[in-house]
Amino acid sequence: MLKLDNVSKTYRTGTFGGKQLCAVRDVTFEIKDGEVVSLIGESGSGKSTIGKMILRLIAINEGTITFDGLDVGSLKRGDLREYYRKVQGVFQDPFSSYNPIFKADRVFEVMHDHFYRSMRQKEWTAKIHDSLESVGLNPEHVLGKYPHQLSGGQLQRFLIARALLLEIRFLVADEIISMLDASTRIDVLNLLADLKERDLGVLFITHDLSLGYYISEQAAILYRGCIVEMGQTEKIYDNPIHPYTRMLMASVPRLDKKWEDVEIELRAKQGQLSDGCVYFERCPEHQRQTCCRDDRPTLRLAEEGHFVACQRSGKEESS
Amino acid sequence: MSLRVEDLTVYYQTLRGDVRALESATFSLADGEIMGLAGESGCGKSTLSNSLIRLAPPMKHIKGRVILDDQELPIADLHAMNEYRFTEISVVPQYAMNAMNPTRKIGKMAEELLRSRGIDARKALPELERRLDLVELDHDVLKMYPIEMSGGMKQRMVMVLSTLMDPSLLLADEITSALDVSTQKAVAKMLVGFRDREIVKSIVVITHDMSILYQIADGIMIMYAGQLAEKASTETIIHSPRHPYTKLLITSLPKVGVKHDEVRLKGIPGNPPLLLDPPTGCRFRERCPLAFEPCMDVPPFVEIEPNHFVACWKEGGANA
Ligand SMILES: Nc1ncnc2c1ncn2[C@@H]1O[C@H](COP(=O)(O)OP(=O)(O)O)[C@@H](O)[C@H]1O
Ligand SMILES: Nc1ncnc2c1ncn2[C@@H]1O[C@H](COP(=O)(O)OP(=O)(O)O)[C@@H](O)[C@H]1O
Ligand code: SF4
Ligand SMILES: [Mg+2]
Ligand SMILES: [Mg+2]
Repeated sequence: MLKLDNVSKTYRTGTFGGKQLCAVRDVTFEIKDGEVVSLIGESGSGKSTIGKMILRLIAINEGTITFDGLDVGSLKRGDLREYYRKVQGVFQDPFSSYNPIFKADRVFEVMHDHFYRSMRQKEWTAKIHDSLESVGLNPEHVLGKYPHQLSGGQLQRFLIARALLLEIRFLVADEIISMLDASTRIDVLNLLADLKERDLGVLFITHDLSLGYYISEQAAILYRGCIVEMGQTEKIYDNPIHPYTRMLMASVPRLDKKWEDVEIELRAKQGQLSDGCVYFERCPEHQRQTCCRDDRPTLRLAEEGHFVACQRSGKEESS
Repeated sequence: MSLRVEDLTVYYQTLRGDVRALESATFSLADGEIMGLAGESGCGKSTLSNSLIRLAPPMKHIKGRVILDDQELPIADLHAMNEYRFTEISVVPQYAMNAMNPTRKIGKMAEELLRSRGIDARKALPELERRLDLVELDHDVLKMYPIEMSGGMKQRMVMVLSTLMDPSLLLADEITSALDVSTQKAVAKMLVGFRDREIVKSIVVITHDMSILYQIADGIMIMYAGQLAEKASTETIIHSPRHPYTKLLITSLPKVGVKHDEVRLKGIPGNPPLLLDPPTGCRFRERCPLAFEPCMDVPPFVEIEPNHFVACWKEGGANA
């Protein structure tokens, strides 16, 4: 449904925009109907930039994003509005989406003005009620309140309800539960899982690995704008191969295992490798590549009269 | 015993009335213990921590005592506490890294801090450098401005400064919350290092992140809406908690290996009460699936088995 093809983004920075900062490099992935894909990475890795490009909040420098085959970057007016009917985003800080001097339900009116101008008030109200109920909120309890009278979890669900007023098929959820308390986090997370049952696609942006595991079948690990590892969530978690992913797995605090145990396990896994380079375990992580683990390098000519069995020999440095 | 807190009650005085943020807290901390303090935001963690070191208005000391290494701290007297701050008890406050003065070089800040304690900065330099080594910071950071340092570097620097006088007790308030996981782990391990090297005797680690506590804390204390709910060893809190709130909280946490289509986790319905005019009795009552008649009264914080305290009428409170 949604596809990114070699997408890159460079920001101009510095006082006169003279410097360049490459925030996303050559990113390619696809999200199908009813699929939740986690985009995992530390802060500054480019996660939000990808989310914003999908939502066309910022322009793409290179590559294309397509939705059902349509080039998102070239959509104009009516088509763009149709796109936003189907693709919406929810962001980290729920409070920033509300104006404190207006009642929280004002965020719904924007939707009415944009997409349902001809809908009658009664019908519209019924639609809002449906939508709130579908995110587990009781309309009686939350309508007519000011933002400060609602909890972060409620405000966040409000915003998801707003997106659901449209017949959306894709949701960008950017760190939407990182500011919520533990006891309400899981409800919002379950809500996203339920969207999947309705065949929605979700890009779930997070820096928390356990959240990614809970909700997604596919995961992509992002580092400095590059996807360094991608695939089925279980596979990546059970058998992380890229040194960066391994570092993440070893660092993330878990409730089921202590750091020391995870470190030992990761080392043991390295020991079991069968097909890869024999030196893999002891090779410094910055030297290793995915292929080092999967394919045993054969002796190759490095220079006249000099052979080396290393995946790196004869190849160019990849960044 | 390094710290003993007895019946400590602290409110915020506001125009609309008292915010009852800390109610009758009684607990102690063993020598060499790292105790985690956890609970949802607004439950009073920072209030408890700040009360031990700087009980400034609008905070108001209602009652209770704090005893550190057999000495009662004059917590209600801001001025008298000067003698103990940094030297006996020190805090790494929430948001400390952002609060660093941007126009001061790090070395200058350290110098001023030392001078305010009557210590010659030049004499202290070798020790300061040794501490920088300990947290793996280059000595050159002393010549840097805060803006030139990453979040992790700043957090380490704050840790070095606040422990420079070898205080008995260190309070670390959400010091890992804003950091990336790799830095988080490093900073958490440094706290353990400070304890192991006996730079500090004991540490209270405040966080809403239970998994960090599982990694480094010996014991965990859970607060709910200004009241202590449960305190026990880390293993007990994570694997066999007894307070209904702790139970629901722990089971609501996603863990690597748990998928929503296999195990659907549940949150805790409802929200914590406002502490301006909180409900009487057990403050968890409104959300508690087990609530019954007696819960209209405040349950005492009772030791139900050695070193395991619970404030719940269903869990030993009735035998008190
Ligand atoms: N509007 C912008 N102008 C310049 N640089 C930006 C802008 N937005 C983000 N960046 C930079 O791009 C990189 C990626 O940022 P972002 O996508 O927000 O990462 P993440 O969401 O993973 O934390 C960071 O280095 C960030 O500082
Ligand atoms: N300066 C203040 N004035 C009034 N109420 C306050 C003040 N600071 C904190 N509170 C209230 O005290 C309660 C406990 O806050 P705090 O100790 O900061 O919680 P935590 O650190 O657990 O998030 C909250 O209900 C909060 O709103
Ligand atoms: S005292 Fe009552 S309301 Fe409070 S936790 Fe125990 S059973 Fe629940
Ligand atoms: Mg972001
Ligand atoms: Mg706090």
